[in-house]
Amino acid sequence: MKITGAQIIALFLEQHGIEVVPGIPGGANLPLYDALRASRVRHILARHEQGAGFIAQGMARATGRTAVCFATSGPGATNLLTAIADAKLDSVPVVAITGQVPRAMIGTDAFQEIDTYGLTIPITKHNYLVRDAKELLEVIPQAFKIAASGRPGPVVVDVPKDVQNQVIDIERLPDPLPVDPPRAPSLEEVLSAKELLSTSQRPVILIGAGTVASESGNLVLELAELIDAPIASTLMGLGAIPSSHPRMLGMIGMHGARSTNLILHESDLIIALGMRFDDRATGKVEQFCPNASIIHVDIDRCELGKIKTPAVPIQADVRLFLEALIPHLTPTSRPEWGRMTDELRRLYPLEMPHADDPLQPYGVVLQTAKLLEEEPIVVTDVGQHQMWVAQAYPFTFARQWLTSGGLGTMGFGFPAAIGASLARPSKTVVCFSGDGSFLMNIQEMATAAELNVNVKIILFNNGSLGLVRQQQELFYGARYHATRFEFQPDFVAIARGFGWKAFDLGASSHPKETLAQALNTTGPCLINVPIDDTLNVLPMVPPGAANIEMIGGQTHVAHSA
Amino acid sequence: MSPTLHENLRPNKAIIRDAKRPVLRLLVRNHPGVMSHVCGLFARRAFNMEAILCLPVEDGEKSVILLLVDEDERLEQVIRQLEKLEDVLDITQEEDGHEAFEAMAEYLAAR
Repeated sequence: MKITGAQIIALFLEQHGIEVVPGIPGGANLPLYDALRASRVRHILARHEQGAGFIAQGMARATGRTAVCFATSGPGATNLLTAIADAKLDSVPVVAITGQVPRAMIGTDAFQEIDTYGLTIPITKHNYLVRDAKELLEVIPQAFKIAASGRPGPVVVDVPKDVQNQVIDIERLPDPLPVDPPRAPSLEEVLSAKELLSTSQRPVILIGAGTVASESGNLVLELAELIDAPIASTLMGLGAIPSSHPRMLGMIGMHGARSTNLILHESDLIIALGMRFDDRATGKVEQFCPNASIIHVDIDRCELGKIKTPAVPIQADVRLFLEALIPHLTPTSRPEWGRMTDELRRLYPLEMPHADDPLQPYGVVLQTAKLLEEEPIVVTDVGQHQMWVAQAYPFTFARQWLTSGGLGTMGFGFPAAIGASLARPSKTVVCFSGDGSFLMNIQEMATAAELNVNVKIILFNNGSLGLVRQQQELFYGARYHATRFEFQPDFVAIARGFGWKAFDLGASSHPKETLAQALNTTGPCLINVPIDDTLNVLPMVPPGAANIEMIGGQTHVAHSA
Repeated sequence: MSPTLHENLRPNKAIIRDAKRPVLRLLVRNHPGVMSHVCGLFARRAFNMEAILCLPVEDGEKSVILLLVDEDERLEQVIRQLEKLEDVLDITQEEDGHEAFEAMAEYLAAR
C-alpha cells in the first residue's frame, strides 16, 4: 500500500494502543495532524507544549503505560524540553514526536528550525532524527520499546515535514516490538543477599520508584514481615506501601520525619529497592547510614555503585528479586530492633500541627484525604506544599502519588493532573499546588475546562516562593530577596474566568464544609487556601548536611548527635 | 586557516603513551548523531577523554570509535553509561589501542 510518513506514525500509534495524544500543531507537523484527524487517536489540544508534555507524563505516571505527545519544530520542541527532562529524571515512559523543517532546509536557520536532536540528547533515553519515511517503520516501534524497557524513560522522534509527506510503498505495518523482559537476579546474587540479611541485626528496607514501577509493594510487605524490618521510602516510592501500615516509616531525607532519618542512621543494613540514592534522600552521602551495609537492587546497572558502594549489588527488577529471595527466607524476629525503632518513632514522630484546620498546610492535606470517599490520585507541583503532602497524605496504592522528584519542576502538577484524569477518568484527581507553581502552567485551565476533567486544584496560596523563602530564612540570615510576589492575582476570579468552579476557603465562614462542597463538585474546580507565608516545612536537613542534622519539627529534645 | 598556528604542534606523547590511560573501543551505529551521544556523555558526566579516533567500518553502517580516557575509579561507571547508549553496540577495553594514537601523533608531527 502507498502510505505517507505521517500516516505511518498515526497507524503505529493506534497499533501501540495509544488512545490520547496531547499536543499543539504548527507548521512543521501539519501533515501529522492531517493523518491524525483520520485516525482513532483522540487529540488533546494543550495551550503550551510544556503542558502537552506534562499531560502525557500524567497519563504515563498514573498507568505505567507509555504516553505520547506532539509538538511542532522550533519553539514547539523547545517548549517540550522541560517535560522531557522531567520524564528522564523520574524514569517516565514518554514518546515525544516533533515536527522538523524539511530535510533540504535543515542547517539553514530556516523558520522555526532548531536542532531538536542535539537539544534532546542529554535529556532522553534515546532520540531520533528520521531522515527517510522508511526509517519510521523501524524507529517508531523501537521508540516505544526503548521508552518502556528496563528503566523507562523518554524518547524523542524528530520528523522533518517532507518525511511526513513522503509516500512509500509497504506491504504491511510491522508489528510492535516486545518490551525487554524484566531482568531477574541470579541465584548467586539472591544467596548473597540472603547471607548478608542473616548477619544483620538492624535492617531497613528502603523503597524507591522501582518498587512502584514493578508493582511489588505486596512483596515488600511480605519481606518486611519475614525479616521483621521497617520500611522507609524515598519521595518517589510513596504509595507503594500504604502510609498507615505499621511497618511504614514514611519518607526519608531532607523533609523526612526525624524518627525515619534516625532509624536509617542506626541501621546496619539497607535493602535498597529501586532507588538511586538521590542527594535529597541521602543528605551528605558520607554520613548516610554510616554503619550500614547495602543490598542495592536496581534495574539500571549504572545506579549500582554510582553514589554508594553496595556490599551486594544486584541488577534486577525489584519484583523478580523479591520473588526470588522470599522463598529462601525463614521468618526471623528482631525484637530489640523493633523496640528501638518503636522508641524512636514515639520520641521523634512527624509533627503535624493543626491537623484539623483546613486553613493550615497539614490540615488541608489531611481533611482533603478524609473528605474524599474514594481514594483520589494525588498530584503535586513543587515546593513547600509538595513536601507537606509527601509527609502527611495517607497514601494507599501505587501510582496514587504523582510528583516531580528528580527535576523538581514547578508547573508539573496541574497538567500532569489533567493527564492522570484522562488516563483514569473514574478517579478524582487532587492537585495540590502553590501559587508560584500554578502560575507556571496556568494556561492549561482552558484545556481542563474544555475536557471537563475531574481535577481539583488545592492552591496553597502564600504569595511567595515558599520553599526558597524558607531557605533564605534558614540559611541566608532571613535576607529575603525575590521570594515574595508583590502582585498577587485573584485565583478564584481567574478560575471563574476559565469557566471553572472556584472556592476560597479563606473567605468561608465554614472552611471545612466549603472544602467538602468543592471536592464534591464535578469537573475542574479550584480551591484557594490562604497559607501563612512564614510557615516552614519541617524538619529540614540543610542542603549538604547529614540527614541527622535536622532543623525543627520536634516537640522533644533530641539527643546530641 | 592560519598556517602559523599549526606549525610545530608536537603531539603530547606522555598523555598518549600513559598506560594509566586506557583505550576504550566502541562499535557504534554510524549516523550523524552518534558522536554527539558519545562525546556529550563524557561532557555531562564530567568524565575525561583525552583523544578520540573514529572510522567507518565494513559497509559504513557501523563505525569504530577509539577513546583514550582517564583511569580513575569512575571508569566502570563510564563504561556502564556508554553501554546504555542505544547506538553503542559493543565496548571493549583495548590492549594495544595506544598504537592507534601513536600513529595519529606521527601523522600530526610530520605536518
